[in-house]
Amino acid sequence: MSFVKIVSLSLSAILVENFIFVRFLGICPFLGVSKKTDTAVGMSLSVIFVMTVSSAATYIVNRFVLVPFDLGYMRTVAFILIIASLVQFVELFLMKSVPALFHALGIYLPLITTNCAVLGVALLNVKKELDFLGSVINGFMSGVGFAIAMIIFSSIREHLEESDHPKAFEGFPIALISASLLSLAFMGFQGLSIFN
Amino acid sequence: MNSLKQITDGLFANNPVLVQLIGMCPTLATTTSLKNALGMGLSAAAVLVCSNVVISILRKIIPVKVRIACYIVIIAGFVTVVDLLMQAYLPELSVSLGMYIPLIVVNCIILARAEAFASKNGVIASFFDGVGMGLGFTFALCLLAFFRELIGCGTVYGIPVFGSGYEPVTVIVQTPGGFLCLGILIAAFKVVSDKIKGRKRS
Repeated sequence: MSFVKIVSLSLSAILVENFIFVRFLGICPFLGVSKKTDTAVGMSLSVIFVMTVSSAATYIVNRFVLVPFDLGYMRTVAFILIIASLVQFVELFLMKSVPALFHALGIYLPLITTNCAVLGVALLNVKKELDFLGSVINGFMSGVGFAIAMIIFSSIREHLEESDHPKAFEGFPIALISASLLSLAFMGFQGLSIFN
Repeated sequence: MNSLKQITDGLFANNPVLVQLIGMCPTLATTTSLKNALGMGLSAAAVLVCSNVVISILRKIIPVKVRIACYIVIIAGFVTVVDLLMQAYLPELSVSLGMYIPLIVVNCIILARAEAFASKNGVIASFFDGVGMGLGFTFALCLLAFFRELIGCGTVYGIPVFGSGYEPVTVIVQTPGGFLCLGILIAAFKVVSDKIKGRKRS
């Protein structure tokens, strides 16, 4: 895979096809844990990590188990099992070897199993027919895109708490409307495509 | 709790999307047209009913420690069934919903009902809970899709209603419009339900 292709893939994963603002994946954690910037950072880091590792793992299983044995219809079940066990494994591993990171991520790790961005990136890798390196890069960069969206949004939300808005819009609705404005900004990247 | 109350509970008082605010990804992504929303809502409802029933049958057998993994496998099985059926009988809808069908597996509504209801209640109660929540999800999706399709395309279920002079506001069927409409819809739902509650009290 050439350098140019890697740059193009990364750019499209982070900006043009941003998971949250363009693809609508991972909205639950995006809205759920974005009230404070620290928690948003913790969640984003865990998502980047799990997405990268699960991209690699699902690629291997898909390429060497599902495709040769013609088990394409088992993809959903296989992938979600891989992700669930991977998350558990990562949790145990971090607890033993990097306790500081484990405590920083806290409850966000188990929550990632049901983050549709993780299963989404695994399915997208198959759909886009990326090779191993491509899948890993796509997983990592999509995670970075998720993190960027998450951190921008959480800092906006911290300010929203103090702002003056109509009573009916308090809490969730006003957050959704700010997200709408942010995604309008991200739409500007849609024309951005290099070397396609 | 009687079954009728369970269904209305899921539809209005405890609507998964508009009140509990879960299951946002499919809500935003598939409401670009009424047809997609109906397809998504009904397939998620079918999975929800089936998984609720099976989980409630197996609730005494499943070990507590690995219950989430067990739930996910059961749900994934039903999602695969729905996915394959849809590819066979509704290929058009299957293409337009794309990867959101397999993503029903990680729909928080289904796992939330499994954990909060089906793992603690009997089969019949779980069945009606699934029906109520599933219909509530479909209802919210269709409501949102109705407005988005009407404003963004000028059509209702693919039929033009405004005549040729209407200039569609395309941004509404794109990503920003999804967030915007859902925000307004949740706010409106809150106002209306507060009014109804206030009237009941007085």
